[in-house]
Amino acid sequence: MGEFPGMNVNAAAGASTAKPWVGQSIPRVEDPALLSGRGRFIDDIGVRPGTLHAAILRSPHAHATIVAIDTAAAKQARGVAAVLTGEDIKALTASLVVGVKAPVECWPIAVGRVRYAGEPVAMVVAESRYLAEDAIDLIDAQYEALPAVIDPVRAMDPGAALLHNGFPRNTASDRSFKYGDPEPIFADAKRTIAITIRYPRNSCTPIETYGVIAEYDPGEQAYDVLANFQGPFSIHAVLSRALKVPGNRLRLRTPPDSGGSFGVKQGVFPYIVLMAAAARATGRPVKWIEDRLEHLTASVSATNRVTTLRAAVADDGKVLALDWDQVEDCGAHLRAPEPATLYRMHGNLTGAYDIRHVAVRNRVVVTNKTPTGLNRGFGGPQVYFALERLMQRIAVELKRDPVEIISRNLVPADAFPYRTATGALLDSGNYQQALARAVSEGGLEALNARRDQARAEGRIYGIGFTAVVEPSVSNMGYITTVLTAAERRKAGPKNGAQATATITIDPLGGVSVQVASVPQGQGHRTVLAQVVADVLGLTPADIRVNAELDTAKDAWSIASGNYASRFAPAVAGTAKIAAERLAGRLARAAAAGLNTESDDIAFAGGFVFSKRNPDNKSPFSRIAALSHWSPGALPEGIGQTIRETAFWTPPELTPPDDQDHVNSSLCYGFIFDFCGVEIDRVTLQPRIDHYVTMHDCGTILHPAMVDGQVRGGYAQAIGAALYEEYAYAPDGSFLSGTFADYLLPTVAEVPEPLILHMQTPSPFTPLGSKGVGEGNCMSTPVCIANAVADALGVADIELPLLPARLAEAVRGAEMAAPSGTKAPETRHGDRRLSGEGSAKVAASPQQVWAMLLDPTTLAAVIPGCHSVKKLSHTDFTAIVTIGIGPVKGRYRARIVLSDLDKPAGVTLAGNVDGALGFGSGKGRITLAPETDGVTAVHYRYDAEIGGKIASIGGRLLDGAARLIIGQVFAGLARQAGGDTPAKGGVIASALSKLRSLFGGGR
Amino acid sequence: MTRMAAEQRHRIRFTLNGEAVDRACEPRMLLTDFLRHEIGATGTHVGCEHGVCGACTVNVDGRPARACLTLTLQVEGSEVRTVESLADRQGRLGLLQSAFRRHHALQCGFCTPGILMSLDALFARRANADEAEIRDVLTGHLCRCTGYAPIVRAALEAAAELRGETNREAVDA
Repeated sequence: MGEFPGMNVNAAAGASTAKPWVGQSIPRVEDPALLSGRGRFIDDIGVRPGTLHAAILRSPHAHATIVAIDTAAAKQARGVAAVLTGEDIKALTASLVVGVKAPVECWPIAVGRVRYAGEPVAMVVAESRYLAEDAIDLIDAQYEALPAVIDPVRAMDPGAALLHNGFPRNTASDRSFKYGDPEPIFADAKRTIAITIRYPRNSCTPIETYGVIAEYDPGEQAYDVLANFQGPFSIHAVLSRALKVPGNRLRLRTPPDSGGSFGVKQGVFPYIVLMAAAARATGRPVKWIEDRLEHLTASVSATNRVTTLRAAVADDGKVLALDWDQVEDCGAHLRAPEPATLYRMHGNLTGAYDIRHVAVRNRVVVTNKTPTGLNRGFGGPQVYFALERLMQRIAVELKRDPVEIISRNLVPADAFPYRTATGALLDSGNYQQALARAVSEGGLEALNARRDQARAEGRIYGIGFTAVVEPSVSNMGYITTVLTAAERRKAGPKNGAQATATITIDPLGGVSVQVASVPQGQGHRTVLAQVVADVLGLTPADIRVNAELDTAKDAWSIASGNYASRFAPAVAGTAKIAAERLAGRLARAAAAGLNTESDDIAFAGGFVFSKRNPDNKSPFSRIAALSHWSPGALPEGIGQTIRETAFWTPPELTPPDDQDHVNSSLCYGFIFDFCGVEIDRVTLQPRIDHYVTMHDCGTILHPAMVDGQVRGGYAQAIGAALYEEYAYAPDGSFLSGTFADYLLPTVAEVPEPLILHMQTPSPFTPLGSKGVGEGNCMSTPVCIANAVADALGVADIELPLLPARLAEAVRGAEMAAPSGTKAPETRHGDRRLSGEGSAKVAASPQQVWAMLLDPTTLAAVIPGCHSVKKLSHTDFTAIVTIGIGPVKGRYRARIVLSDLDKPAGVTLAGNVDGALGFGSGKGRITLAPETDGVTAVHYRYDAEIGGKIASIGGRLLDGAARLIIGQVFAGLARQAGGDTPAKGGVIASALSKLRSLFGGGR
Repeated sequence: MTRMAAEQRHRIRFTLNGEAVDRACEPRMLLTDFLRHEIGATGTHVGCEHGVCGACTVNVDGRPARACLTLTLQVEGSEVRTVESLADRQGRLGLLQSAFRRHHALQCGFCTPGILMSLDALFARRANADEAEIRDVLTGHLCRCTGYAPIVRAALEAAAELRGETNREAVDA
């Protein structure tokens, strides 16, 4: 019992009336280790002696031709074992499989050309990560920039730069679908209501980043990889193809603990190829742990999507037909499993509504942004943002209550299982009852009164609603909906979702469970112990669960992994099936020993006993161990009772049919949310005043974990609604490279929601449970957006709901500055740097002039300057190391002087580039004599920057630029022999600015 | 200030969770890397390496500090405490850890060590810390799993226990 201190150990009492463990919020078996620093995350696990560490050089450009990569200096650097470029990786691997039929290649590292900022360009493997990063700085990569394509709609323009020749007009797929008869309905409809939305890029950003440790055995030509990969293990097939080995020569293992994933750690797989190839190239194990800048810049995110959704609407608000036009932006490469984000929701494009006629056009485009991948909600946030904004617009246009519009369209309660127009089989539910309960228990009436009161007081207040169907357990065949029926026939059918669980009994009767569910913090081990304990009449503490996956030894299949909210409905149920099979055979063994029939046998309280005569019993462990110690004592035909592996795939998950109907998921939970949002009249910052979320996820296995999933998804959704965006500049520079730029909500931004539950068991899953982990990522952003739309009375709402964006919606675009006024200071997120300042130097203008043009002096006064070369009277080059925030790098600068007005003024124009970014700018320095031989130096500059350096944020850059320039003039003053008379001034203000950034103010 | 040669390893002595550490490292070695990879105290996690997420929070001379923004040589002579110090040697969870477990205040557990160390420092400094203070401290930590509410509840319950308002043993029995 030591495993569960403080737990109510009711089953140990031995009564068959014991309450089932399933359904109880027992303490988690995972927690003691995690709470005391004994977790075993990938970077906590030691490596073999001799393991090398990798660092990656990444592209500063969104789109450029690689002109040359000089690795000579890096190869000579201390501790470096190898430097590998795209060509080296290409020689060792094959292209990653692409999700559509097209003549394109997809490498995990740039080959000849970079297509997104942050794309790997070269990697160094060295004795330590520190040394590897040192050597990265010595690689000299030269690029020729190409025009970047950022907007997914413009990417399809005939004149747009092309990313891949195999994707004409940057379009990887363009498919149209028709279900029912939408055209005549739209033609006859009295009213058509439409909405166009742009869903942004965001990510659930686990706090633990990616990690890979790879080894290669040349003797067996086999790879052994440990990675905090989360599945789906269909990717294993992609990996073994890329590594050019049969599947049985790629052993892929996962560590015991993983620090969150939310889909995102699916995206580690290209790095598995890189590290495995590096291990092969060096003959030594190679380890790589991603850093945060790499993660934000170049892991994966949700797709951004532009959707136009039209509805044919009857006078009473009934939606008669829908017409979807979705343009999906998958970034620079269509990496597996994309374009799955677009097709995951295909079966439930009608949401919670009974709509029989649907037209769909789905286009998948590539742009110069990071390739996308799994992210909690996976396709749901994009679809529901359009669908539920549309429902709100219908209510507004018909001047009706949004709840009435939602209610009128819900799938009828007696219609389950309900086949949607596009092919999903909604398994169970009672949406009307869930809505009614949420309205009453969530206090909608009081919230309405609160809104009215607020508005009467002149405050800005709105209420939003959402109804959502939350799919879980993906059909492995849904992605083939992107192919035509003919293409599918040629490729062979794909469908199902194999789940697996193994139960093993040891010689002392101890029970172990192993599953291929790859948890990343959800508590799968605890729930599996509950499920199996119930079947075998034991306590969860008696069951040991191992959820690490080893493809060389464990049962697994392509659907294995932690995604599509499949644990509770699929994996936990499969463990139950395995336990029941074992229990059935054990019952026969026990019946023989207890002189009764096997259907009289029950398991409870650690005993196997006769139901008719409970005193006729045997300890579980004794019966359980028989198969080890005395197999001959088992009755005929039982076989062994040592190990049982169950596979389970639901028959409802059929392949798409010839008319493109697809049951894209097995279970469909229901969510109804509403919220009250107040918007500050001055700042326009939205504040969530009251949030209600009603869930029907079928049978609940562990109430605290279900609420944990709801709260976690809700908090991430608040981030997506109000703060988070992976932002790109027009040139494709990535602008959100730190947690000071990509803002996650903290405890102060996440008010607690009221969580309500209803339980309509799924008839299709062994335990009656459905997935619940992703729903709020689908429902909450649009619920908040609907409240904001209600509050402000506007139709166009774009996420995230930044005050600046709302200001435009409410007050119109900001007026242009009157001519002749000073340009505004650098703003947050702006990559333009401009500024001016002055300093005083105790020397004559002639002396200062000479110093400014003297390479030796400049080398001495520029912070971090390694050398300055004077190519001509007006042409200089310099090598400088600059550190800004977490990013330190070496830059090559070229400066050309013009407008020389000796000794009064000079204009400098130049550009810098280095591994961390590039920039160009112009500045003018003027010198004016003052009294006492002092010269007043005035300077102003205007620069534009890109690459990694742009990702860390305008704030830091602005401060750092001032600091560095200040230091240059302070250095000049020192060189001139005097103190820095410009006391305070720029230097002090820049320092205080930096100090406040790093927490001095908090 | 002593000037350290960049390429050399320098002697470093401090106390980690009550035990003396006497080793050497390069000046650029981060405290996170030193604790995790030189000593093997892997409970302190690295989430962002720019001081925002808080996962690496440790206690230096009684004050919480971001180990990812601390150079190892900076803790010369200091008393450093990490999450490994919170449970006793038999692995029995401390009061705050137990409250976290009861309230399901963690899921993946990656951010948890930093949160525990910040709260531990708060309670050591302010035994009477109220909800506003607890929330203020927690704003220095990012958690992606829990939505924070159970963390606040666990911290409040631990605070109440520390003040002697509830007796956990009595509740458990």
